[in-house]
Amino acid sequence: MTATQTTREMTFGEAINDALDVALASDPTVFLLGEDIADPPGGVVRLTKGLSTKYGTDRVRATPISEQAIAGAAIGAALGGLRPVAEIMLMDFMTLVMDQLVNHAAKHRYMSGGTSHLPLTVRTRIGHRRGAQHSSSYEAWFMHAPGIKVCAPATAADAKGLLLSCIADDDPCLFLEPTPMVRSRRRSQVPTGDYRVPIGQAAVPRTGSDVSIISYGQQTPAALDAAATLADEGISAEVVDLRSLVPLDHRTVLTSVAKTRRAVVTHAAARFAGPGAELSAMIHEELFDQLACPVRRVAAAFTPVPFAPSLEQIHTPDAATIAEAVREVVRQ
Amino acid sequence: MSSLSGSELVHVYRTMLTIRLAEERFMRGLRRGEFPGFYFPVRGMEAAAAGVHAALRPDDYYITTYRGIADVLAKGASLEAVFAELLGRVTGMSRGKGGTMHMADPARGMMLTTGIVGSGTPIANGLGLAAQLRGDDRVTGVSFGDGATSIGALHEALNLASLWNLPVIFVCHNNLWGECTPLEAYTTTARLAERATPFGIPGVTVDGTDVLKVYDAARQAVDRARAGEGPTFLELVAPRILGHYFGDAGEYMDQDAVERARANDPVPTFGQWLVGQGHLGPDQLEAMSKQITDEVEQALAAAVRSESLPADELYTDVFAPGVDAPR
Repeated sequence: MTATQTTREMTFGEAINDALDVALASDPTVFLLGEDIADPPGGVVRLTKGLSTKYGTDRVRATPISEQAIAGAAIGAALGGLRPVAEIMLMDFMTLVMDQLVNHAAKHRYMSGGTSHLPLTVRTRIGHRRGAQHSSSYEAWFMHAPGIKVCAPATAADAKGLLLSCIADDDPCLFLEPTPMVRSRRRSQVPTGDYRVPIGQAAVPRTGSDVSIISYGQQTPAALDAAATLADEGISAEVVDLRSLVPLDHRTVLTSVAKTRRAVVTHAAARFAGPGAELSAMIHEELFDQLACPVRRVAAAFTPVPFAPSLEQIHTPDAATIAEAVREVVRQ
Repeated sequence: MSSLSGSELVHVYRTMLTIRLAEERFMRGLRRGEFPGFYFPVRGMEAAAAGVHAALRPDDYYITTYRGIADVLAKGASLEAVFAELLGRVTGMSRGKGGTMHMADPARGMMLTTGIVGSGTPIANGLGLAAQLRGDDRVTGVSFGDGATSIGALHEALNLASLWNLPVIFVCHNNLWGECTPLEAYTTTARLAERATPFGIPGVTVDGTDVLKVYDAARQAVDRARAGEGPTFLELVAPRILGHYFGDAGEYMDQDAVERARANDPVPTFGQWLVGQGHLGPDQLEAMSKQITDEVEQALAAAVRSESLPADELYTDVFAPGVDAPR
């Protein structure tokens, strides 16, 4: 954000809508496609509200409930020189487009020897909290598919800046929208106009000296809440918000952990074979002799997301769980 | 009767013969261990591919499948780039990184080859949409086998193509086999082009071994699409002559049917027809065969002289240059 950049208060959802608006206004090759995205209703949770009215249904295209057709059309349009932004309503529905995204989008640049590439963005929501088939966080699957970038913003400003970077990027990008943030009415300052956050650059929203809490997406507010609680107890926690999972900003992570010598990684995806496994392995490989204790992962249970509120509450770690893990780590 | 001129007919035959001779040379090389990889023969499909591409413009888009070398050559790929790709060399059309199942030649509109049954069809819609949104009159063709009519992606794609009135030709190469299972064992649909009917898309079935009938059907489909009248489903029936993949002896196939398909070989059949019609003399037919054989050998020799991919190519082209990607 430059000093001259004006800002406006927006919710996370409004920031996404604003990013799409800026992209449609500034680049005639950008178009949107997905289920229900045209007015009315302007998206199943209204994220694209107003855009088809403003830009027309040629560029903001509602589709049938056909995820393979949506992803395939986005890939073909990208091959044909456009910059499509496809919406797949929820991460659980990404199972229906794995062939198109993994076999085709992610591999195309490599398989074509760089003779063509796919500048496409796929937006999807994660962490919806509506039972086992509408709530999952499968970002690790995409981290394991070379050729697709994965972005997971935690603030309204980052949502806008990363989404605009994804749309302008020459590789396929998966853009994750955590439902707790999409639903939140909280407003924060977001730069107006064309604002970009570089893909692959983590943020450090809170500095500290005793421990690094590494998070992304919906866990970042929880990590910040935990850090605030811990500060009252005399524990100085630094929070690293990854913002992008692929490429992963290993330098910022390693710089932070080299300073604090302790790391807690948290995510709403399952702990077992989750993104934290890669982060933990990387930190141990690079900083083994500098660590005061092993890296701790605080992540979701290796179960389908439960519906029962009493189980759902303990499935995904909250600020209290993160804080407790940090206390244990700091004692080591 | 086809509207092609005599010289255009000869050109179509040349395309068919190039496909035949290039594949024969390639398979001879595979038997000798000259080539790496895995291959799905197109023998018997030459008329179907050449007839469709004769109806398309050079700037039209095309997508094909792993049994797709006929489409790639008919779209105008250079033999040397094809052979170098099949060898995994730097002068390959995809610098050796695609291989037999992923031939792409975007400069000639050959946008991608998928190794996944039916997956090209939703992508073809996107190319059609790009042309439609730009307001140009480019048409997109997409080949798939009869086996792909069992895949959900095709049905999603047909529905969307119809809904958006996309300039896409769905080209079903019906060789009567879905991998190693005969058509009648995997569907009760007697005519696969009927799959298009519920979507309001015309479904046309023609003898895929008769290049003139293929051309005429493709011409109508392409003209419709170019005029903004929407997609067409073309079913081209050309029985498979060889096994599913190179090395598959096809012993499970009805040998009488295979013999009938061999006897109805579209390449010599069309060559003799051209001679009978006076478009080519018998000596010219022979000379063309010798000339293409020489071109194939020269292309292969040039491809063999090309370099293998250096080790630092392993990590290039995963992302755009300059991306600090994981290793």
